Amino acid sequence: MALRPGFADPVHDAQAVFRAALDALSRPARVRPLPTALAPPAPLSPELAALALALADADTPLWLDPPLAGSDDVAAFLRFHTGAPLTADPAEAAFALIADPARCPDFAAFARGAPDYPDRSATLILALRHLDDAAGPAFAGPGIRGRARIDAGPVPADWAGRLAENAAAFPLGIDLILTAPGRIAGLPRAARLLQPAEA
Amino acid sequence: MSAASALPETGYNFAYLDEGTKRMIRRAILKAVAVPGYQVPFAAREMPMPYGWGTGGVQVTAAILGASDVLKVIDQGADDTTNAVSIRRFFGRTAGVATTTRTCEASVIQTRHRIPETPLTEDQILVYQVPIPEPLRFLEPRETETRQLHALGEYGLMHVKLYEDIARHGHIATTYAYPVEVAGRYVMDPSPTPKFDNPKMDDCPALQLFGAGREKRIYAVPPYTRVRSLDFEDHPFRVQSFDRPCALCGAADVYLDEVVLDDAGGRMFVCSDTDHCEARRAAGHAGEQAA
Repeated sequence: MALRPGFADPVHDAQAVFRAALDALSRPARVRPLPTALAPPAPLSPELAALALALADADTPLWLDPPLAGSDDVAAFLRFHTGAPLTADPAEAAFALIADPARCPDFAAFARGAPDYPDRSATLILALRHLDDAAGPAFAGPGIRGRARIDAGPVPADWAGRLAENAAAFPLGIDLILTAPGRIAGLPRAARLLQPAEA
Repeated sequence: MSAASALPETGYNFAYLDEGTKRMIRRAILKAVAVPGYQVPFAAREMPMPYGWGTGGVQVTAAILGASDVLKVIDQGADDTTNAVSIRRFFGRTAGVATTTRTCEASVIQTRHRIPETPLTEDQILVYQVPIPEPLRFLEPRETETRQLHALGEYGLMHVKLYEDIARHGHIATTYAYPVEVAGRYVMDPSPTPKFDNPKMDDCPALQLFGAGREKRIYAVPPYTRVRSLDFEDHPFRVQSFDRPCALCGAADVYLDEVVLDDAGGRMFVCSDTDHCEARRAAGHAGEQAA
Protein backbone atom coordinates (compact mmCIF):
# COMPACT_ATOMS: atom_id res chain seq x y z
CA MET A 1 0.00 0.00 0.00
CA ALA A 2 1.22 3.50 -0.80
CA LEU A 3 2.41 5.54 2.16
CA ARG A 4 -0.33 7.82 3.49
CA PRO A 5 0.50 11.54 3.67
CA GLY A 6 1.34 13.38 6.90
CA PHE A 7 0.24 16.89 7.87
CA ALA A 8 -0.82 19.03 4.91
CA ASP A 9 0.81 22.01 6.66
CA PRO A 10 3.52 20.54 8.93
CA VAL A 11 4.26 23.78 10.80
CA HIS A 12 0.76 24.99 11.65
CA ASP A 13 -0.92 21.57 11.92
CA ALA A 14 1.72 20.42 14.43
CA GLN A 15 1.31 23.67 16.38
CA ALA A 16 -2.47 23.26 16.53
CA VAL A 17 -2.19 19.66 17.75
CA PHE A 18 0.41 20.66 20.34
CA ARG A 19 -1.78 23.49 21.66
CA ALA A 20 -4.69 21.06 21.97
CA ALA A 21 -2.44 18.67 23.93
CA LEU A 22 -1.12 21.55 26.07
CA ASP A 23 -4.65 22.69 26.83
CA ALA A 24 -5.69 19.09 27.58
CA LEU A 25 -2.85 18.45 30.03
CA SER A 26 -3.03 21.86 31.70
CA ARG A 27 -6.81 21.54 32.21
CA PRO A 28 -7.21 17.86 33.09
CA ALA A 29 -10.46 15.99 32.55
CA ARG A 30 -11.86 18.60 30.20
CA VAL A 31 -12.68 17.43 26.68
CA ARG A 32 -11.78 19.71 23.80
CA PRO A 33 -11.88 19.26 20.03
CA LEU A 34 -8.91 17.79 18.15
CA PRO A 35 -9.67 18.21 14.47
CA THR A 36 -7.34 16.44 12.08
CA ALA A 37 -7.44 15.66 8.39
CA LEU A 38 -4.96 12.77 8.66
CA ALA A 39 -6.00 9.39 7.23
CA PRO A 40 -3.38 7.01 8.66
CA PRO A 41 -3.37 3.25 8.01
CA ALA A 42 -5.71 1.26 10.29
CA PRO A 43 -5.73 0.53 13.18
CA LEU A 44 -3.86 3.81 13.86
CA SER A 45 -6.51 6.44 14.60
CA PRO A 46 -6.20 9.94 13.07
CA GLU A 47 -5.87 11.41 16.60
CA LEU A 48 -3.02 9.05 17.61
CA ALA A 49 -1.31 9.81 14.31
CA ALA A 50 -1.72 13.58 14.78
CA LEU A 51 -0.20 13.52 18.27
CA ALA A 52 2.65 11.25 17.16
CA LEU A 53 3.47 13.49 14.20
CA ALA A 54 3.29 16.63 16.35
CA LEU A 55 5.37 15.40 19.29
CA ALA A 56 7.60 12.46 18.33
CA ASP A 57 10.94 12.47 16.54
CA ALA A 58 14.30 10.72 16.56
CA ASP A 59 14.77 11.59 20.26
CA THR A 60 11.60 9.86 21.44
CA PRO A 61 11.23 6.08 21.24
CA LEU A 62 7.65 5.04 20.47
CA TRP A 63 6.01 1.93 21.88
CA LEU A 64 3.08 0.52 19.94
CA ASP A 65 0.49 -1.73 21.50
CA PRO A 66 -0.01 -5.18 19.87
CA PRO A 67 -2.74 -4.17 17.35
CA LEU A 68 -0.54 -1.28 16.09
CA ALA A 69 2.73 -3.22 16.28
CA GLY A 70 1.11 -5.95 14.20
CA SER A 71 0.66 -3.64 11.22
CA ASP A 72 3.64 -3.03 8.93
CA ASP A 73 1.79 -0.09 7.36
CA VAL A 74 1.46 1.64 10.74
CA ALA A 75 5.15 1.12 11.50
CA ALA A 76 6.15 2.42 8.06
CA PHE A 77 3.85 5.45 8.42
CA LEU A 78 5.24 6.41 11.83
CA ARG A 79 8.84 5.76 10.88
CA PHE A 80 8.61 7.85 7.75
CA HIS A 81 6.71 10.81 9.19
CA THR A 82 8.29 11.05 12.65
CA GLY A 83 11.69 9.37 12.31
CA ALA A 84 11.12 8.01 15.81
CA PRO A 85 12.62 4.64 16.73
CA LEU A 86 10.00 2.00 17.48
CA THR A 87 10.76 0.04 20.61
CA ALA A 88 9.42 -3.30 21.83
CA ASP A 89 10.29 -2.43 25.43
CA PRO A 90 7.62 -0.18 27.01
CA ALA A 91 10.11 0.96 29.68
CA GLU A 92 12.17 2.69 26.95
CA ALA A 93 9.27 4.58 25.42
CA ALA A 94 8.80 8.34 25.60
CA PHE A 95 5.36 7.92 24.04
CA ALA A 96 3.14 4.84 23.96
CA LEU A 97 0.42 4.68 21.32
CA ILE A 98 -2.46 2.51 22.44
CA ALA A 99 -5.18 1.54 19.97
CA ASP A 100 -6.76 -1.05 22.26
CA PRO A 101 -7.12 0.82 25.57
CA ALA A 102 -9.09 -1.99 27.25
CA ARG A 103 -5.86 -4.01 27.11
CA CYS A 104 -3.54 -1.15 28.04
CA PRO A 105 -0.51 -2.69 29.79
CA ASP A 106 -0.01 -2.02 33.47
CA PHE A 107 1.34 1.51 34.02
CA ALA A 108 4.31 -0.03 35.88
CA ALA A 109 5.60 -1.30 32.52
CA PHE A 110 6.39 2.31 31.49
CA ALA A 111 9.01 4.76 32.70
CA ARG A 112 7.63 6.94 35.47
CA GLY A 113 10.71 9.11 35.99
CA ALA A 114 13.23 9.26 38.82
CA PRO A 115 12.92 11.33 42.00
CA ASP A 116 15.52 13.80 40.69
CA TYR A 117 14.19 13.70 37.10
CA PRO A 118 10.42 13.09 37.22
CA ASP A 119 10.17 14.41 33.65
CA ARG A 120 11.89 11.29 32.29
CA SER A 121 8.57 9.52 32.17
CA ALA A 122 6.31 8.11 29.49
CA THR A 123 3.24 9.75 28.02
CA LEU A 124 0.54 7.25 27.08
CA ILE A 125 -1.76 8.25 24.22
CA LEU A 126 -4.97 6.23 24.14
CA ALA A 127 -7.48 5.91 21.29
CA LEU A 128 -10.81 5.51 23.05
CA ARG A 129 -14.25 5.02 21.57
CA HIS A 130 -15.91 7.57 23.77
CA LEU A 131 -14.76 10.50 25.84
CA ASP A 132 -17.17 12.75 27.66
CA ASP A 133 -16.74 15.26 30.50
CA ALA A 134 -20.41 15.49 31.50
CA ALA A 135 -20.30 12.33 33.63
CA GLY A 136 -17.91 9.75 35.03
CA PRO A 137 -15.48 9.63 37.93
CA ALA A 138 -14.41 12.97 39.43
CA PHE A 139 -10.86 14.35 39.59
CA ALA A 140 -9.20 17.20 41.46
CA GLY A 141 -5.72 18.69 41.27
CA PRO A 142 -3.67 21.37 39.51
CA GLY A 143 -5.47 22.70 36.44
CA ILE A 144 -8.89 21.71 37.75
CA ARG A 145 -11.22 24.32 39.20
CA GLY A 146 -12.91 22.46 42.04
CA ARG A 147 -13.49 19.10 40.40
CA ALA A 148 -13.89 17.73 36.89
CA ARG A 149 -15.46 14.55 35.58
CA ILE A 150 -14.38 12.43 32.69
CA ASP A 151 -16.01 9.35 31.28
CA ALA A 152 -13.67 7.38 29.04
CA GLY A 153 -14.07 3.99 27.51
CA PRO A 154 -13.33 1.27 26.97
CA VAL A 155 -10.76 1.09 29.79
CA PRO A 156 -9.28 -1.84 31.74
CA ALA A 157 -11.33 -3.19 34.68
CA ASP A 158 -8.78 -1.94 37.24
CA TRP A 159 -8.62 1.56 35.70
CA ALA A 160 -9.59 3.45 38.88
CA GLY A 161 -6.99 1.57 40.92
CA ARG A 162 -4.29 2.32 38.34
CA LEU A 163 -5.11 6.03 38.27
CA ALA A 164 -5.11 6.21 42.07
CA GLU A 165 -1.73 4.45 42.24
CA ASN A 166 -0.30 6.73 39.54
CA ALA A 167 -1.43 9.90 41.34
CA ALA A 168 -0.17 8.58 44.69
CA ALA A 169 3.35 8.24 43.26
CA PHE A 170 3.48 11.98 42.41
CA PRO A 171 5.86 13.54 41.41
CA LEU A 172 6.67 10.28 39.65
CA GLY A 173 4.18 8.75 37.27
CA ILE A 174 3.01 8.49 33.69
CA ASP A 175 0.85 11.07 31.95
CA LEU A 176 -2.20 10.15 29.93
CA ILE A 177 -3.52 11.83 26.81
CA LEU A 178 -6.98 10.48 26.05
CA THR A 179 -8.37 10.74 22.54
CA ALA A 180 -11.61 9.76 20.85
CA PRO A 181 -12.69 10.61 17.29
CA GLY A 182 -12.24 14.40 17.03
CA ARG A 183 -11.65 14.89 20.76
CA ILE A 184 -8.82 15.05 23.29
CA ALA A 185 -8.49 15.26 27.08
CA GLY A 186 -5.58 14.94 29.48
CA LEU A 187 -5.00 13.11 32.75
CA PRO A 188 -1.53 14.10 33.95
CA ARG A 189 -0.16 12.34 37.02
CA ALA A 190 -1.14 15.26 39.28
CA ALA A 191 -4.86 14.71 38.55
CA ARG A 192 -6.20 12.86 41.59
CA LEU A 193 -9.16 10.52 41.25
CA LEU A 194 -11.64 11.37 44.00
CA GLN A 195 -13.20 8.60 46.05
CA PRO A 196 -17.01 8.38 45.68
CA ALA A 197 -17.39 9.94 49.14
CA GLU A 198 -15.35 13.03 48.10
CA ALA A 199 -16.93 13.35 44.67
CA MET B 1 -4.51 45.41 18.18
CA SER B 2 -2.21 45.94 15.24
CA ALA B 3 -1.00 43.70 12.50
CA ALA B 4 2.69 42.91 12.40
CA SER B 5 4.56 46.15 12.95
CA ALA B 6 7.05 45.37 10.20
CA LEU B 7 6.97 43.23 7.10
CA PRO B 8 7.39 39.52 7.88
CA GLU B 9 10.88 38.25 7.21
CA THR B 10 11.38 35.59 4.58
CA GLY B 11 13.87 32.78 4.93
CA TYR B 12 12.97 31.91 8.52
CA ASN B 13 10.66 29.18 9.75
CA PHE B 14 7.44 30.39 11.39
CA ALA B 15 8.38 31.97 14.75
CA TYR B 16 12.12 31.64 14.00
CA LEU B 17 12.85 28.23 15.57
CA ASP B 18 13.10 25.09 13.45
CA GLU B 19 10.42 22.43 13.89
CA GLY B 20 12.73 19.94 15.66
CA THR B 21 13.63 22.52 18.29
CA LYS B 22 9.97 23.44 18.76
CA ARG B 23 9.05 19.78 19.27
CA MET B 24 11.76 19.39 21.91
CA ILE B 25 10.57 22.53 23.73
CA ARG B 26 6.93 21.45 23.41
CA ARG B 27 7.68 18.09 25.02
CA ALA B 28 9.46 19.87 27.88
CA ILE B 29 6.45 22.18 28.33
CA LEU B 30 4.04 19.22 28.50
CA LYS B 31 6.13 17.54 31.22
CA ALA B 32 6.43 20.88 33.06
CA VAL B 33 2.64 21.15 33.11
CA ALA B 34 2.32 17.54 34.32
CA VAL B 35 4.71 18.17 37.25
CA PRO B 36 3.81 21.71 38.38
CA GLY B 37 6.76 23.72 39.71
CA TYR B 38 9.41 21.16 38.69
CA GLN B 39 12.16 22.56 36.44
CA VAL B 40 12.39 20.48 33.27
CA PRO B 41 15.82 20.60 31.58
CA PHE B 42 15.68 21.46 27.88
CA ALA B 43 18.22 22.01 25.12
CA ALA B 44 17.97 25.81 24.94
CA ARG B 45 19.24 27.24 21.68
CA GLU B 46 21.28 30.31 21.00
CA MET B 47 18.85 33.06 20.10
CA PRO B 48 19.53 36.25 18.16
CA MET B 49 19.69 38.21 21.41
CA PRO B 50 22.00 37.97 24.40
CA TYR B 51 21.33 35.85 27.48
CA GLY B 52 19.51 37.96 30.02
CA TRP B 53 17.28 39.53 27.39
CA GLY B 54 14.61 36.86 27.54
CA THR B 55 15.99 33.98 25.49
CA GLY B 56 14.09 31.43 27.61
CA GLY B 57 10.78 33.23 27.35
CA VAL B 58 11.30 33.79 23.63
CA GLN B 59 11.87 30.07 23.04
CA VAL B 60 8.74 29.13 24.99
CA THR B 61 6.72 31.74 23.10
CA ALA B 62 8.11 30.54 19.76
CA ALA B 63 7.14 26.95 20.59
CA ILE B 64 3.54 27.71 21.57
CA LEU B 65 2.73 30.55 19.17
CA GLY B 66 0.21 29.93 16.36
CA ALA B 67 -0.80 32.09 13.43
CA SER B 68 -4.03 33.19 15.14
CA ASP B 69 -2.41 34.19 18.44
CA VAL B 70 -2.28 37.82 19.54
CA LEU B 71 0.99 38.59 21.33
CA LYS B 72 1.69 41.13 24.05
CA VAL B 73 5.18 41.60 25.50
CA ILE B 74 5.93 43.54 28.66
CA ASP B 75 9.15 44.44 30.42
CA GLN B 76 8.69 45.52 34.06
CA GLY B 77 5.02 46.06 33.22
CA ALA B 78 5.69 48.37 30.29
CA ASP B 79 4.93 47.68 26.63
CA ASP B 80 7.21 50.46 25.41
CA THR B 81 10.61 49.52 26.82
CA THR B 82 13.47 48.29 24.64
CA ASN B 83 13.21 44.60 25.53
CA ALA B 84 9.43 44.48 25.06
CA VAL B 85 9.49 46.41 21.78
CA SER B 86 12.26 44.29 20.25
CA ILE B 87 10.69 40.95 21.23
CA ARG B 88 7.29 42.08 19.95
CA ARG B 89 8.86 43.12 16.64
CA PHE B 90 10.84 39.87 16.50
CA PHE B 91 7.66 37.80 16.51
CA GLY B 92 5.84 40.28 14.34
CA ARG B 93 8.55 39.78 11.72
CA THR B 94 9.34 36.07 12.10
CA ALA B 95 5.80 34.79 12.76
CA GLY B 96 3.66 37.57 11.30
CA VAL B 97 1.35 37.33 14.32
CA ALA B 98 -0.82 40.21 15.44
CA THR B 99 0.55 42.12 18.42
CA THR B 100 -1.14 44.28 21.00
CA THR B 101 -0.40 46.29 24.10
CA ARG B 102 -3.85 45.65 25.59
CA THR B 103 -3.83 42.83 28.15
CA CYS B 104 -7.45 41.89 27.46
CA GLU B 105 -6.82 41.40 23.71
CA ALA B 106 -3.75 39.16 24.04
CA SER B 107 -3.80 35.35 23.89
CA VAL B 108 -0.09 35.00 24.70
CA ILE B 109 1.66 37.48 27.01
CA GLN B 110 5.42 37.30 27.42
CA THR B 111 6.60 39.10 30.52
CA ARG B 112 9.78 40.18 32.20
CA HIS B 113 9.34 40.78 35.95
CA ARG B 114 5.64 41.68 36.23
CA ILE B 115 2.19 40.13 36.08
CA PRO B 116 -0.38 42.43 34.45
CA GLU B 117 -2.77 44.23 36.81
CA THR B 118 -5.75 43.27 34.62
CA PRO B 119 -6.90 39.81 35.79
CA LEU B 120 -5.96 37.10 33.29
CA THR B 121 -8.49 34.73 31.72
CA GLU B 122 -8.65 31.04 30.80
CA ASP B 123 -7.92 31.92 27.17
CA GLN B 124 -4.51 33.41 27.93
CA ILE B 125 -1.02 32.01 28.46
CA LEU B 126 1.52 34.01 30.47
CA VAL B 127 5.17 33.32 29.53
CA TYR B 128 7.78 34.49 32.05
CA GLN B 129 11.40 35.29 31.23
CA VAL B 130 13.48 33.73 33.98
CA PRO B 131 17.14 34.55 34.69
CA ILE B 132 17.83 32.03 37.49
CA PRO B 133 15.16 29.32 37.80
CA GLU B 134 16.59 27.57 40.86
CA PRO B 135 15.16 29.14 44.05
CA LEU B 136 17.83 27.40 46.14
CA ARG B 137 20.79 28.42 43.97
CA PHE B 138 22.12 31.21 46.20
CA LEU B 139 21.81 28.92 49.22
CA GLU B 140 23.34 25.83 47.58
CA PRO B 141 25.45 26.38 44.46
CA ARG B 142 25.71 22.71 43.45
CA GLU B 143 23.10 21.56 40.94
CA THR B 144 23.50 17.94 42.11
CA GLU B 145 22.52 19.00 45.64
CA THR B 146 19.61 21.28 44.75
CA ARG B 147 18.22 18.52 42.54
CA GLN B 148 18.33 16.14 45.54
CA LEU B 149 16.68 18.74 47.77
CA HIS B 150 13.80 19.06 45.29
CA ALA B 151 13.57 15.27 44.98
CA LEU B 152 13.26 14.95 48.74
CA GLY B 153 11.00 17.98 49.11
CA GLU B 154 13.58 19.30 51.59
CA TYR B 155 13.10 23.06 51.74
CA GLY B 156 14.33 23.79 55.26
CA LEU B 157 17.19 25.82 53.77
CA MET B 158 14.73 28.29 52.27
CA HIS B 159 12.92 28.69 55.56
CA VAL B 160 16.25 29.33 57.30
CA LYS B 161 16.96 32.07 54.74
CA LEU B 162 13.59 33.71 55.42
CA TYR B 163 14.16 33.33 59.17
CA GLU B 164 17.56 35.03 58.85
CA ASP B 165 15.77 37.93 57.17
CA ILE B 166 13.56 38.24 60.24
CA ALA B 167 16.50 37.93 62.65
CA ARG B 168 18.42 40.65 60.81
CA HIS B 169 15.68 43.05 59.71
CA GLY B 170 12.70 42.20 61.91
CA HIS B 171 10.63 41.18 58.90
CA ILE B 172 11.01 39.07 55.74
CA ALA B 173 13.10 41.44 53.62
CA THR B 174 12.83 39.45 50.37
CA THR B 175 10.86 41.71 48.03
CA TYR B 176 11.19 40.09 44.62
CA ALA B 177 11.73 36.51 43.36
CA TYR B 178 9.88 35.62 46.56
CA PRO B 179 9.78 31.78 46.79
CA VAL B 180 6.46 30.00 46.34
CA GLU B 181 5.26 26.44 46.90
CA VAL B 182 3.32 25.08 43.93
CA ALA B 183 0.44 22.63 44.43
CA GLY B 184 1.81 21.65 47.83
CA ARG B 185 5.01 20.12 46.47
CA TYR B 186 7.77 21.98 44.63
CA VAL B 187 9.25 25.26 45.80
CA MET B 188 9.62 27.51 42.77
CA ASP B 189 11.19 30.84 41.86
CA PRO B 190 8.44 33.03 40.38
CA SER B 191 11.20 34.91 38.46
CA PRO B 192 12.16 38.39 39.68
CA THR B 193 8.59 39.66 39.86
CA PRO B 194 7.90 41.89 42.87
CA LYS B 195 6.28 39.89 45.68
CA PHE B 196 3.32 42.23 45.08
CA ASP B 197 2.45 39.93 42.15
CA ASN B 198 2.71 36.61 44.01
CA PRO B 199 -0.98 36.50 45.01
CA LYS B 200 -1.93 36.81 41.31
CA MET B 201 -0.24 33.47 40.60
CA ASP B 202 -2.49 31.61 43.01
CA ASP B 203 -5.60 30.02 41.47
CA CYS B 204 -4.94 32.00 38.25
CA PRO B 205 -7.28 31.04 35.37
CA ALA B 206 -4.42 31.39 32.84
CA LEU B 207 -1.65 28.88 32.19
CA GLN B 208 1.73 30.19 33.41
CA LEU B 209 4.92 29.00 31.67
CA PHE B 210 8.46 29.90 32.71
CA GLY B 211 11.50 29.78 30.41
CA ALA B 212 15.14 30.17 31.45
CA GLY B 213 17.39 30.22 28.39
CA ARG B 214 20.89 30.42 29.89
CA GLU B 215 20.03 27.91 32.63
CA LYS B 216 18.08 25.73 30.17
CA ARG B 217 15.01 25.08 32.28
CA ILE B 218 11.26 25.24 31.67
CA TYR B 219 8.63 25.06 34.39
CA ALA B 220 4.93 25.69 34.66
CA VAL B 221 1.97 26.46 36.86
CA PRO B 222 -1.27 25.06 35.42
CA PRO B 223 -4.47 27.12 35.75
CA TYR B 224 -6.31 27.02 39.08
CA THR B 225 -3.28 25.78 40.97
CA ARG B 226 -2.46 26.62 44.58
CA VAL B 227 0.61 28.87 44.69
CA ARG B 228 1.56 29.70 48.27
CA SER B 229 4.22 32.23 49.21
CA LEU B 230 6.45 30.75 51.92
CA ASP B 231 6.10 32.41 55.32
CA PHE B 232 5.77 31.77 59.06
CA GLU B 233 2.68 31.72 61.27
CA ASP B 234 3.98 34.73 63.24
CA HIS B 235 5.38 36.47 60.14
CA PRO B 236 2.72 35.94 57.49
CA PHE B 237 3.41 36.81 53.86
CA ARG B 238 2.58 40.44 53.04
CA VAL B 239 2.79 42.36 49.78
CA GLN B 240 4.30 45.81 49.39
CA SER B 241 1.95 48.73 49.96
CA PHE B 242 2.34 52.27 48.67
CA ASP B 243 1.50 55.39 50.61
CA ARG B 244 0.17 57.26 47.58
CA PRO B 245 -1.82 56.38 44.44
CA CYS B 246 -0.53 56.49 40.84
CA ALA B 247 0.19 60.13 39.95
CA LEU B 248 -1.30 59.70 36.46
CA CYS B 249 -4.37 57.51 36.89
CA GLY B 250 -4.99 57.59 40.64
CA ALA B 251 -4.99 53.79 41.02
CA ALA B 252 -4.33 52.81 44.63
CA ASP B 253 -4.18 49.02 44.44
CA VAL B 254 -1.37 48.62 41.90
CA TYR B 255 2.42 48.31 41.79
CA LEU B 256 4.11 51.68 41.28
CA ASP B 257 7.38 52.76 39.68
CA GLU B 258 9.30 55.78 40.94
CA VAL B 259 10.11 58.33 38.23
CA VAL B 260 12.71 61.01 38.96
CA LEU B 261 11.54 64.33 37.49
CA ASP B 262 14.47 66.69 38.00
CA ASP B 263 17.75 67.05 39.89
CA ALA B 264 16.10 68.82 42.81
CA GLY B 265 14.45 65.79 44.41
CA GLY B 266 11.26 65.91 42.37
CA ARG B 267 9.69 62.51 41.75
CA MET B 268 6.43 60.89 40.94
CA PHE B 269 5.02 57.40 41.40
CA VAL B 270 3.19 55.87 38.45
CA CYS B 271 1.70 52.50 37.52
CA SER B 272 4.36 50.02 36.44
CA ASP B 273 1.69 48.41 34.18
CA THR B 274 1.45 50.95 31.32
CA ASP B 275 -1.59 49.32 29.72
CA HIS B 276 -3.53 49.35 32.99
CA CYS B 277 -2.64 53.02 33.52
CA GLU B 278 -3.64 54.01 29.97
CA ALA B 279 -6.93 52.13 30.19
CA ARG B 280 -7.79 53.85 33.46
CA ARG B 281 -6.95 57.29 32.11
CA ALA B 282 -9.00 56.58 28.98
CA ALA B 283 -11.88 55.71 31.29
CA GLY B 284 -11.62 59.11 32.93
CA HIS B 285 -9.57 58.38 36.06
CA ALA B 286 -6.96 61.01 36.86
CA GLY B 287 -4.14 61.28 39.40
CA GLU B 288 -2.67 64.41 40.89
CA GLN B 289 -0.16 64.98 38.06
CA ALA B 290 -2.33 63.96 35.12
CA ALA B 291 -1.71 66.42 32.30
